[in-house]
Amino acid sequence: MTILQNFFNSLALHNSVKTAADVIATLCITLFGLLLVTFIIGRIIPIDPVLAITGDRVSAEVYAKVHDELGLDLPVWQQFTSYLGKVFQGDFGTSVLTSQSVLHDIATYFPATIELAIAGTLIGIVAGVPLGIASAVYKNTWLDQIVRVVSLIGYSIPIFWLGLVGLLVFYVKLGWVAGVGRLDVAYEYIIERQTGFIMLDAILSGQWDILQNFLSHLALPAILLGYLSMAYISRMTRSFMLEQLSQIYITTARVKGLSEARIVWHAFRNTLTQLVTVISLTFVNLLEGAVLTETVFAWPGIGLYITNSLFAADMNAVLGGTTVIGICFVMINIAADALGRFFDPRFRRSTS
Amino acid sequence: MKRLRLNTLLQPLFVIALMGSALPAVAVTPKDTLIMARKIDDIKTLDPAEVFEWGSGEVINNIYTRLITLDPEDPTKLTGGVAQSWKVSDDGLTYEFKIRPNMKFHSGNPVTAKDVEFSLRRVVHLKKNPVFIFNQLGWKADTVNEMVKAVDDDTLVLKLAKPYATSLVINCLSAGVGSVVDSVEVQKHVKDNDYGYEWLRTHSAGSGAYKLIAWKPKDAVVLEANAGFYMGAPKMKRFIIRHIAEPSAQRLLLDAGDIDIARDLSADQIKQARKNEKYTVSTTEKLSTYYLGLNSAKSKPLANPKVWEALRWLIDYQGMADSFLDGYYTVHQSFLTGPDGLKDNPYKLDVAKAKALLKEAGYPDGFTISMDLYNTSPQTDIGQSIQSTFAQAGIKVKLQQSDKAQALTTYRSRSHEIMLAAWSPDYMDPHSTAEFFVRNPDNSDASKNNTAAWRNGWDIPELSAMTEKAMMERDTEVRRQIYTKQQEVVQKNAPMIMMFQLLESSVLQKNVSHFITGPGFDTAIYWKIEK
Repeated sequence: MTILQNFFNSLALHNSVKTAADVIATLCITLFGLLLVTFIIGRIIPIDPVLAITGDRVSAEVYAKVHDELGLDLPVWQQFTSYLGKVFQGDFGTSVLTSQSVLHDIATYFPATIELAIAGTLIGIVAGVPLGIASAVYKNTWLDQIVRVVSLIGYSIPIFWLGLVGLLVFYVKLGWVAGVGRLDVAYEYIIERQTGFIMLDAILSGQWDILQNFLSHLALPAILLGYLSMAYISRMTRSFMLEQLSQIYITTARVKGLSEARIVWHAFRNTLTQLVTVISLTFVNLLEGAVLTETVFAWPGIGLYITNSLFAADMNAVLGGTTVIGICFVMINIAADALGRFFDPRFRRSTS
Repeated sequence: MKRLRLNTLLQPLFVIALMGSALPAVAVTPKDTLIMARKIDDIKTLDPAEVFEWGSGEVINNIYTRLITLDPEDPTKLTGGVAQSWKVSDDGLTYEFKIRPNMKFHSGNPVTAKDVEFSLRRVVHLKKNPVFIFNQLGWKADTVNEMVKAVDDDTLVLKLAKPYATSLVINCLSAGVGSVVDSVEVQKHVKDNDYGYEWLRTHSAGSGAYKLIAWKPKDAVVLEANAGFYMGAPKMKRFIIRHIAEPSAQRLLLDAGDIDIARDLSADQIKQARKNEKYTVSTTEKLSTYYLGLNSAKSKPLANPKVWEALRWLIDYQGMADSFLDGYYTVHQSFLTGPDGLKDNPYKLDVAKAKALLKEAGYPDGFTISMDLYNTSPQTDIGQSIQSTFAQAGIKVKLQQSDKAQALTTYRSRSHEIMLAAWSPDYMDPHSTAEFFVRNPDNSDASKNNTAAWRNGWDIPELSAMTEKAMMERDTEVRRQIYTKQQEVVQKNAPMIMMFQLLESSVLQKNVSHFITGPGFDTAIYWKIEK
């Protein structure tokens, strides 16, 4: 993934002029590559996709029937082109594990992930950016040391362990937050699903108790993911800030007698371009990489969906999920690119 | 630079903590609702003609009434479900069932012989996984309409291709495929001649204790009580099964009082729960087993019966059962469990004896071999224990852990050397298990039969014929003797080492009672539960 990320970073961030055609071309090439690679992985993993559907105890007759239904008797390239053909018509097929169409599944699971990723990223930004700035400004003081240790812990402790301990303390012992899942069972079946985002649905229908229950469920996993994001964002903010603070223009500003606060503000504005990239990467990582958190908190998200599907060789689901993440990846990169240019003073000067 | 005060940092944290404590306290489960945590991501369908997994099997057992069902008073015995009584003709080829009077589906439609006819034929025509249970009675797509017939609303006549053992036939009808669906309701939803399959996968049309409100894949199954259930209205108005994959998370939910029953706790957690006054642990002997498959078709040492014998003495059965399998699995060294299973366990860890046998076999210094197993507990623990005891006789085991689907692919294609495998009968009759372990009519690589005997390359024409004979044996005592003989052979001289039997333990809140899981994979009953 890193190579791919670097590739897109270079594509997305360094092209100064980007037309709609470019965007579409990037999107198409990315998705084609993603689908091809994922498809091939699905064909070389040593799992018989027929068994994933039928289970172990299956008669030869039923086995042959399912084998043909899946089109496995065709050569791989032909399977791939026929799959692509269907995708172009908006048909991602049916998931073996859920018996639902893959698009339906994605519409069900993706909102849960987005809710969690947005909450986690927001917490990461709100906590990480100020801490990063502070530890750069108060470099090598006790504050800097604490921030670094806290970040280090965030990096090194396995998240599923933190999750379980968090549940034990804040849910079982203290009762501050609700347990696993997105809602209490009592609310689960009375909410009117419109958008799939529980927060929006609750607000739209004015079900405030559901909103409160949801936030209580969201708090712990979001804080955990927020903590991990914070560890990354604060570390990056610190190093960006240190780089800026050592520049000659800062010394000039000090000589001019500018207040310390204004100096920091100047330096911070110049880190924004890089920071936006870091934050967008954090967000994308949370979209696909929160599998362990989703497992521990029984949070029905897309990371867990793709992982479970892959282990069962449920390739329609894996391909569909990967495509969605791929699209998000490209779009967020493009958005970050645009935002970065918006924050770049050189760019602004040339347009104003 | 300015000095920073610790206070300015701590204040906002304190405020956040206060906000947290203002959130609502943890709820207790509602009085008339039972909430059970279970790993149910194996549910792919809820159509009884297709259901074959643990999670879904149990759900449909509570939604549908089968023609024959387990006696809730004694779950090791069978009794009539939709059938009130039955008669077998003297030649053993015709079965006549009388339908239980005044039984109703959830829709209010009466349960008639026509519904049974529709349900049984439907299984055969749909040709989903479990169809082989009926195929072996001689019901094929082109014959079933002749062989399964409702004479009138109260009488159903079944014809068989051969005079099978009565117990086998009755047991097959007690399997999930014997569930009776509401033919009037299902026919409203037929699309392109699919017998209502598309619809019935996610809906219910039964007469069982509960009806399906919602199934959300990998999330929850929600059931609502059927007050008109023929054995009495269920005590719990709602029954909710929540998918919680992680055992530790199940335990936390139980501790917090958010669930009433936890089904998938680990051996350690069950042990702790036994000591905790807040909980009851309900343990049932299941029919499922763990065994080692030794592929004599692929590995040279494993083709030698002396080596099979040596390996039997190289497993620390009791040591495992007393430690990480305690209260979870028990030592069991024959392929049948339940009343027909052999009770004695002659093998134990005896390295000296094993070494002597290996020497006789021509492997005084052991050999190197690979073992495939699932990457989940307790398989990984069992694998490590076996690895260490095999090593004491010089046998070096390479453990190859993989996901279940992958390990199964290896095993089914006979490309393993040693396989740590689990077995669970498809229906209650001993034939289900005997057929798997002691039938291999064609040992060639291209063989269509995929039994354990074939997977481990055990070429046994006579024993296979014996299995087929037992299938027809209508004298219960003679039949029992055949199975005893076969178990003795497998125990002493087969490339398979039977090791453990599953004890299923569920942990219940103290106020919950009358939860019966029964011996099979799909035999749990919800309607008696009280709290």
